Amino acid sequence: MGRYVIRRLLQMVPVFIGSTFLIFFMVYALGDPVAAMFGDRAPDPATAAQIRADLYLDQPLWKQYLHYMGQIFQGNFGTAFNGQPVTELMAAAFPVTLRLTLVAILIEMIAGILLGVFSGLRRGRAVDTSVLVFTLVVVSVPTFVSGYVLQFLLGVKWGWVKPAVSIDAPLGELLLPGVVLALVSLAYVTRLTRTSIAENARADYVRTAIAKGLPRHRVITRHLLRNSLIPVVTFIGTDIGALMGGAIVTERIFNIHGVGFQLYQGILRQNSPTVVGFVTILVLVFLFANLIVDLLYAVLDPRIRYA
Amino acid sequence: MRAATHAKWATGALSFALVATACGGGVGSGSEDPGVVSASWGDPQNPLEPANTNEVQGGKVLEMIFRGLKRYNPRTGAAQNVIADRIDTKDSQHYTVTLKPGWTFSNGEKVTAKSFVDAWNYGALLGNSQRNASFFQYIDGYDRVHPQHGAAKAKTMSGLKVVSPTEFTVKLNQKFSSWPDTLGYSAFMPLPRTFYSHHDAWVKKPVGNGPYVVESYTKGSAMKLRKWAKYPGSDKARNDGIDLRVYTDNNSAYTDLQAGNLDLVDDIPATQLKNVRQDLGDRYLNQPAGVIQTLTVPIYDKAWNKPGMDKVRRGISMAIDRASITKEIFRDTRTPATDWTSPVLKTQGGYKAGLCGTACEFHPKEAKALIKEGGGLPGGKMTLAYNADTGSHKDWIDAICNSINNTLGNDKACVGAPVGTFADFRNRISARKMAGPFRAGWQMDYPLIQDFLQPMYYTNASSNDGKFNNQDFDKLVNEANAATDTRTAIGKFQDAEKILAEQMPAVPLWYQNGSGGYSQRIGNVSLNPFSVPVYNEIKVI
Repeated sequence: MGRYVIRRLLQMVPVFIGSTFLIFFMVYALGDPVAAMFGDRAPDPATAAQIRADLYLDQPLWKQYLHYMGQIFQGNFGTAFNGQPVTELMAAAFPVTLRLTLVAILIEMIAGILLGVFSGLRRGRAVDTSVLVFTLVVVSVPTFVSGYVLQFLLGVKWGWVKPAVSIDAPLGELLLPGVVLALVSLAYVTRLTRTSIAENARADYVRTAIAKGLPRHRVITRHLLRNSLIPVVTFIGTDIGALMGGAIVTERIFNIHGVGFQLYQGILRQNSPTVVGFVTILVLVFLFANLIVDLLYAVLDPRIRYA
Repeated sequence: MRAATHAKWATGALSFALVATACGGGVGSGSEDPGVVSASWGDPQNPLEPANTNEVQGGKVLEMIFRGLKRYNPRTGAAQNVIADRIDTKDSQHYTVTLKPGWTFSNGEKVTAKSFVDAWNYGALLGNSQRNASFFQYIDGYDRVHPQHGAAKAKTMSGLKVVSPTEFTVKLNQKFSSWPDTLGYSAFMPLPRTFYSHHDAWVKKPVGNGPYVVESYTKGSAMKLRKWAKYPGSDKARNDGIDLRVYTDNNSAYTDLQAGNLDLVDDIPATQLKNVRQDLGDRYLNQPAGVIQTLTVPIYDKAWNKPGMDKVRRGISMAIDRASITKEIFRDTRTPATDWTSPVLKTQGGYKAGLCGTACEFHPKEAKALIKEGGGLPGGKMTLAYNADTGSHKDWIDAICNSINNTLGNDKACVGAPVGTFADFRNRISARKMAGPFRAGWQMDYPLIQDFLQPMYYTNASSNDGKFNNQDFDKLVNEANAATDTRTAIGKFQDAEKILAEQMPAVPLWYQNGSGGYSQRIGNVSLNPFSVPVYNEIKVI
């Protein structure tokens, strides 16, 4: 187990270097960002050259990359164009997005697994069919549609919630954005759970458990659910990374100043330190989430061993 | 039983989430101070130094916390003395500036001649990388502190001399009669000593001399400004303060306004323009702003500059149905342009409706004939370049192309040519890689006719993106700048504009309006000629 974890951690090093380089290269390929800092007017060449020198943009790509990586290992993620250190932006943005992601993950886990279990156990009946129709509708509605519609109905029309999240983004205000963000994944979790439960409900160990005379809820939670959760856990694990980075649309609709906002701003201004820094952290989150998922397999299914 | 287990599990997870993210709290959100107005904002692109702020979001803050020698009247746009008592000159080149006594910064420091001279020297010095450095280019000695190549050879401009705490002299490197009227621009604001001695702290919480003081500033999210009770000027704040909130999407700001969580938005999303009158009634603002949109023709490209092409350029202008496009696409938030300036200048400032004549009107038949007479479009077709990342330019570019195609009876004559990002778009323009006309928006720096003509059409001027060059035009601009009498100067500038009407180096499209909306909680809201709300005049009802 320990050796397995160490091996996995070592594998992350090349992935980390490769992904940072790719992102750095892609932002670089967008072209010279200095021209956009002057709006619709042509920049004064001397000032533009000075800014390029300040931001290390006058160097060739490989030098810029080495300089940047050198900084990262000293804990310095560079400076955004508005003069703010990127670490400061991260300290402001990641807690907000983390909270939003947790709200979304909780909603999709609780609602998704519950719905999945109910419909899986009542396969082919009215509950099952209506849940399937519901998930189909949810999957087919894009996030920005559900986001704007729910925001308008709950926020403006009925006035139940604030349509935009305030700057501190307290948990209560993140409920609606969390639901919007969770909706699509929720449908997938429901369907995965349902299929898995429906399959395993006829497995031998379930029949054995029932034959032993165990109470129904114990059969379901201890035996059936535990074995059926493996694909669901895989999905949710990878979904953490996707939700953190993919919240751009939701964050824009509800004016949440999280990772998506900073990434969007960074790409628009071609600010490579911001984009590379944030994506690097997201890559790490993704890698760790995957590692934890793999370790969770062993917990859920004792037959799986890591060496 | 099962429900109970789930509930326990859920509360456990939730409390974990709360603990894990507890660090996010802090400043209380949206203090419901009754006299404070909340307004939408965008994250300023650059640090909030006056000589480093060249876009409207940072400009909003500077307008609240700074007052300079002059200020542009929010209604008429006229440059009026604020801190300046007199700005005298005999030859339009040597100026003596006398300050009014009694002005201080909000930290108590006196505003003196040195506050101005030091701030201008800081703004011009190359090593400070200030985006607006070129605004000091007319001051003698600028070429030494800000050389085109290499490092600065001097730290201060020789043209600026402090005579006494209330007087300084300025020597320009050319005659420039309307130079005093440029001094209302934010780059020319005075700065306190703490700007230099504690620069990082100053940028985190700027200190100025305007009607508001910064109470707190959370970069990228919000700024709280409060009324400065001891403000010595006559334009005191009529509310207790302004809370600026950053919105990434103008749609969310508009929704927040509708829900009553926000008092003022200064950018109505294009998709809401058709509902806005119904939603807001007379709380919808739609006022002219000092912005003109044009299609700049790459004169540097031989294909667009051979003999006869002036007719083609005029023909293209006459093939555009400006009235329909401004009505259908922009819902009257743009007005068809009939000269190269802006209505905010007013007639006495040099705006002249109809100066362009028939060349800026929609005459499809004549247009077709003119284009044919001039030799036709280069290669039989043209592209209109625009940046696709912001501002939904595609709609109107396509509409213009449709209008041209209909005029010429050829579906393939004109197509839009999107460029991915604004930076790339600007880079291609600077590198002279544009194969056809491209969109250009000009937001004035100061309400002067000079600012609409010289930077864009004077030979080798800073924003002359099409590289238009015409000796007669240059000569008239020089004469206008040297004229001591405003009326003569404006006449010369308008004569210069008539050359643009013949040569058509840029096709004027429309004058842009500023738009905004506000809640029932506030009143006396208006936009200034720069389409920035006049914050200090807003009253809370």
